[in-house]
Amino acid sequence: MKAVILGATKGMGRALARRLAARGDELFLLGRDVDDLARSARDLEARAGRPPQSIGGAACDLEKPEGFTAALDAAEAALGGLDTVVVTAGLFATQERLEADPGLARRLLTVDFANTVVFCEEARNRLLARGGGTLCVFSSVAGERGRKPVVIYGAAKAGLSRYLEGLDHRFRARGLRTVCVKPGFVRTGMTEGLKSPPFAGEPDAVAASVVRAIDRGRPVVYAPGVWALIMLVIRLLPRFVMRKIGF
Amino acid sequence: MSDEGTLSGWGCAPVVPGREVHSEDLADVTTGMPLTRGLGRSYGDSSLPAARDRRVASATLADRILSFDPDSGLLRAEAGLSLSEIYRLFLPRGWFAPVTPGTQFVTLGGMVAADVHGGNHHVAGCFGAHVTRLRMRVADGRIVDCSREQEPDLFRATIGGMGLTGHILEVEFKMARVSSPWLWGETEQARSVGQFFDLLGRAAADWPFTKGWIDCVSRGKNLGRGIMYRARWATPGEAPARPPAHKKGFALPVYLPSWAFNRVTARVFNELYFRGHPTRGGRLIHPDAFFYPLDGVRHWNRAFGHAGFTQWQCVVPHASGLPTITRVLELVTSRGLASPICVIKDCGPQGEGLLSFPMLGISIAIDLPVRPWTRPLIDALNDLVLAEGGRIYLAKDAFTRREHFQKMEPRLGEWQAIRRRWDPEGRLRSAQSERLLGDAS
Repeated sequence: MKAVILGATKGMGRALARRLAARGDELFLLGRDVDDLARSARDLEARAGRPPQSIGGAACDLEKPEGFTAALDAAEAALGGLDTVVVTAGLFATQERLEADPGLARRLLTVDFANTVVFCEEARNRLLARGGGTLCVFSSVAGERGRKPVVIYGAAKAGLSRYLEGLDHRFRARGLRTVCVKPGFVRTGMTEGLKSPPFAGEPDAVAASVVRAIDRGRPVVYAPGVWALIMLVIRLLPRFVMRKIGF
Repeated sequence: MSDEGTLSGWGCAPVVPGREVHSEDLADVTTGMPLTRGLGRSYGDSSLPAARDRRVASATLADRILSFDPDSGLLRAEAGLSLSEIYRLFLPRGWFAPVTPGTQFVTLGGMVAADVHGGNHHVAGCFGAHVTRLRMRVADGRIVDCSREQEPDLFRATIGGMGLTGHILEVEFKMARVSSPWLWGETEQARSVGQFFDLLGRAAADWPFTKGWIDCVSRGKNLGRGIMYRARWATPGEAPARPPAHKKGFALPVYLPSWAFNRVTARVFNELYFRGHPTRGGRLIHPDAFFYPLDGVRHWNRAFGHAGFTQWQCVVPHASGLPTITRVLELVTSRGLASPICVIKDCGPQGEGLLSFPMLGISIAIDLPVRPWTRPLIDALNDLVLAEGGRIYLAKDAFTRREHFQKMEPRLGEWQAIRRRWDPEGRLRSAQSERLLGDAS
């Protein structure tokens, strides 16, 4: 596999990149901070027993869509074409913070929905041009239902999930496989300070199921798997119950 | 951000209010923090916040390897990288940590802070002896590199300095080449402490890894009977082609009731353990079985119940080794209720870390449940060790008195002077430094 990962330096993206590197996939890393990308590239090389500088990286910021083309050009040049694009990057903030700061809410909606879609459009065009490939994007269980603690973040992720579903319907026949990852609560730097619910997952366990989903081309994957059941129940709850509960 | 919750070490005692703050960016998260914590395997209060603090930085998400040179074995990594990852990634490639403690679930930062030692202390010294460079965030906020050439005082004070000289951000150390990923070793039963000492002394010359388990319940003619383990890395000819498999083991799902560990269960365990390890000649041994027998049961610390347990580990000079260890065993067995896990080891010379625990002599480590008699017993044991010029291991301790510790450590003055130079306002502190050094009071 020749994969480019946007957001490989932290959390689930880091764990996923390590699993892909360990099994021999060729990787190119995209992210905001080039020094941090270099540290992650050296980590992946050392873990996978590859020569230094064999994994490249380039700056790419979901707040700066004008840089998407150059970043993907760099990835394609370094890898000699690519067949897999993974997006784990995104912004997170609690509902309280987003309600108190409309500027932050606007930023989050732009990054997690609008600009992620723009990035994916650029990526899927390239994949389709070479006859297909995999587009794996991290959405969230927060987008499954309008819920009190994630009204704004959940709305952005709901939009993203719908977009990926649409891509799957429209382009699957032409060889584009979309994988929409819906993580439940996972213990990473992103969820620091939040109260950990039961069934909280670890990044490496999520990464393992995402690798399986990429290999099989599964359009939707809940990780950890138990969240598929939890969200099934949540989707079935009537509105008057959702108004009462805090989940 | 909520500051509620509690923290404790591996012994589940003491339990203090506080929480860990996690981030992949260790340099960022340590800013303004009083302490950094790794995987929380120190037994007592080393990794707990002092009474006036509520938060500690957690290093565990900062786990990237920054470089590895397969020619020299030099590895540089963020301080939260765990020994279990190093083991998993590098043993199949013919490299292993130069020194390993009795659990693989420790971070590099923790290994430096406690200057851990292992079964090869008599030949390899402590982990700190293999460390070549540290990157730290010191109390005034600066990020400083230190080594034997650069800021050597900070380097020596940080090795074994229990994280109190600054936050350890990155560690560079030299890995050890191994001839195969398997061990080759022998087991021998000893009938008395005297015979045990004899076996340890003789094995040291030929075997890089030696350690012993002692029956900590039996008295009279069985006092100090035990099992001596000695091992080396297997040669390519001895080792099978397949690498040792990584077993997940099982987890103790709940805390056992505190009464489950008692006189009878301790006696039964010790008897079974002794009989289960007869004298045996050379054979292949899985590294897990030799280095990490207890890691096979995750959360084994729950076996002592919510009341928790502590480990008391001391080292005494060889000259008084046999009578002192005999006296220790008499004191412990006289209570009738003691430890299923009691480990004995001969140590090589003291390392360069100013507060590093091991020194030339004999070390014994005894697990003790927390009961009303635990503190008086530890007081009596510490009196004994103090009189013989020995000392205790801070990474295990939760009960030692300040006056005992300060008398045991003639090096404390020099260490404190360096620490004060780097942290004049006393910003770095822990529950342990508050208890033993009077910090934050």
